[in-house]
Amino acid sequence: MDENFNYRLWRYDGAQGELIPLLQSAQDHFGYIPRRAIKYIADVTGTPEASVYGVITFYSQFRLQPMGRYVIRVCDGTACHVSSSRMLIDAIEDELSVEIGGTTSDGLFTLTTVACLGCCSLAPVMMINDETHGKLTPAAVRKILREIRRRDAASKPPQAGGECAREAGA
Amino acid sequence: MNRKVVVGMGTCGLSAGAQAVYDRLRELSEGSGCEVSVTGCIGMCFREPVVEVRSEGRRTVYGDVSAERAAEIWRRHVLGGEPVTEWIIKTFGEEGVAGSEEKFLAKQRRIVLRNCGVIDPESIDEYEAAGGYSALRKALLEMSPAQIIEEVKASGLRGRGGAGFPTGMKWSFAAGNPGPVKYIVCNADEGDPGAFMDRSVLESDPHSVLEGMIIAARAIGGTAGYIYCRAEYPLAIKRLTIAIEAARNRGYLGRNILGSGLDFDLKIKQGAGAFVCGEETALFASIEGERGMPRIRPPFPAEKGLWQKPTNNNNVETYANVPWIITNGAAAFASVGTEKSRGTKVFALAGRVAKGGLAEVPMGMTINELVFDVGGGIKEGRAFKAVQMGGPSGGCIPAAMGDTPVDFESIPRTGAIMGSGGMVVLDETTCMVEMARFFLEFTQNESCGKCTFCRIGTLRMLEILERITRGEGTPEDIPRLEDLAVKIKEASLCGLGQTAPNPVLTTIRYFRDEYEAHIRDRRCPAGSCLALVTFSIDGAKCVGCGLCAKNCPVGAIAGEKGKPHLIDTSKCVKCGRCISSCNFGAILRS
Repeated sequence: MDENFNYRLWRYDGAQGELIPLLQSAQDHFGYIPRRAIKYIADVTGTPEASVYGVITFYSQFRLQPMGRYVIRVCDGTACHVSSSRMLIDAIEDELSVEIGGTTSDGLFTLTTVACLGCCSLAPVMMINDETHGKLTPAAVRKILREIRRRDAASKPPQAGGECAREAGA
Repeated sequence: MNRKVVVGMGTCGLSAGAQAVYDRLRELSEGSGCEVSVTGCIGMCFREPVVEVRSEGRRTVYGDVSAERAAEIWRRHVLGGEPVTEWIIKTFGEEGVAGSEEKFLAKQRRIVLRNCGVIDPESIDEYEAAGGYSALRKALLEMSPAQIIEEVKASGLRGRGGAGFPTGMKWSFAAGNPGPVKYIVCNADEGDPGAFMDRSVLESDPHSVLEGMIIAARAIGGTAGYIYCRAEYPLAIKRLTIAIEAARNRGYLGRNILGSGLDFDLKIKQGAGAFVCGEETALFASIEGERGMPRIRPPFPAEKGLWQKPTNNNNVETYANVPWIITNGAAAFASVGTEKSRGTKVFALAGRVAKGGLAEVPMGMTINELVFDVGGGIKEGRAFKAVQMGGPSGGCIPAAMGDTPVDFESIPRTGAIMGSGGMVVLDETTCMVEMARFFLEFTQNESCGKCTFCRIGTLRMLEILERITRGEGTPEDIPRLEDLAVKIKEASLCGLGQTAPNPVLTTIRYFRDEYEAHIRDRRCPAGSCLALVTFSIDGAKCVGCGLCAKNCPVGAIAGEKGKPHLIDTSKCVKCGRCISSCNFGAILRS
């Protein structure tokens, strides 16, 4: 996170077109966009809450629910798709007992797909937080997930959702 | 000793492990007097991580470099002066030593990618040393705005975002509209799945895009600029931010640039994940902080664009061409390519091609040359089936039409579009019905919902395609798809809807037999549609570990420990969990 959300809000000078950047900093700060952030942003920008909500739901980047500490984004772009990215998703769903869009019960992983990460020559690809993994196989994916679990269990006891996602992604 | 080691650190390199290589080299370089630095992407993504050793004008490029190999290269080449010949993939200025990937670059012509993989993208000094910002100096101090526009017109440069509109003409429209405030916008919302040209240019040579935009500002009278970049490209955003700051400090952005009287500054706007924002009027709505929905044209952006002010919008690659044209002249640019499509085009080769990466070739090169001579043919020696060009707006061109030249005239005749440069190569294992379904799912999901046919028509088409891939298609489905396709094209406001049916139409046109096999024979010729294939186990590969049997939800797999297992096809529900659990690739689909 490069800027504090409150600082951003406080600094907001009424410039045009700042709604999306404000939502992005709220999401950076909380890991998702909580109800109270919608209200702050609506008040500060003078936009009706319903319109703010409308913008949030239009863009796939914005989330209204907390995410896991590790956000898995499996690429399902064309190149990954023809390189069997579906099998990676199957393996992750199986390994973590979670479906696309869901978060594991311990708050560790959220599984999502993206349209394209732009690393097509390394297909199939996935990103876990800011790290990209390429040339994957279902077996390699399972190994990476187990390694994260192991490392995480060794470092600290798991905490719940949002705040942690921010730490890991920062 | 004057050797310098450069590590390719674009997103491709980093995801292949370039960071560990860089760290190791930095460690080794402590106190050695040799410099270790960073560059962007040379385009050979298939051999990443890439490391280059430079000395006395010679450049030796190594591929597939691990931290261990880096240490070996350091010891033998950097310290010992002897190149490690077996790992060399390309050399520049070195007589008698050939790398293993000389062919990849042999047919390329690098204008847009001139600095990619050569300079450090975070160093404005290196950009300037490579001739950077000299075009800006020339444009601001020696040319009038009208002369700049004439030069761009004469070069024949056409928009590289896909539509191919003549850039000089576009600039003259925006220049012709009066106004104290005009915007220069760069579309870096590279949304087509399978395309990564713009990411690579932004990560490897961000200043070339800035320079192009500042020249455009001079030509048009632009007062402020925006680069709309997708949030999925964090490294590109980081390097752009550094570049803008550096350009501002050198006086290339801000007030009275180079004493010419031009006031111009730039901001980055991050996209928030909506494909439709690649359409320019939707992109403006998004910059304004709205839902990214397209607007009716006219009025065109040159008259009323961003915040209702005259606006010029080009994509990354278009702007990156501009400094080269100003420096080398319109004639030099126009001498490359074909009569109506001048210059080069950057392609992102991906999919089932052996050598996936970025290739910049003269317009008019054939698809076959790109796939075989540059891309090295198909992976695992399989058969070339088709290329998919233009992403969800484009289409599939079959291998039989491989001698089609890639330019703005020839490609649309096939029913595909030139697009922004994504070229996904397909082999015999790709099912074309499934390919069409994949793209329809994408556009259906990304439709903003404004136009009824785009919103609902694409969903109806998707439902039909899903049915066909499940083996539940009927003979009326093909004419029904064609009928819907025509209506969606005609009744949609923006490019997304107008082109959404293209993947379906081109696959019906060239691969009708595959549709018919699914519908009539309940068979998927590519062996890809799960509902229509039979699972079996390759006895030669199976080691009898029992993992598949353990993972099978219906108990259809049996066998003795240590001996090849068997699948009972009467019980198998084709869920595919055995495939994802097998570590030996022993599960077959046919």
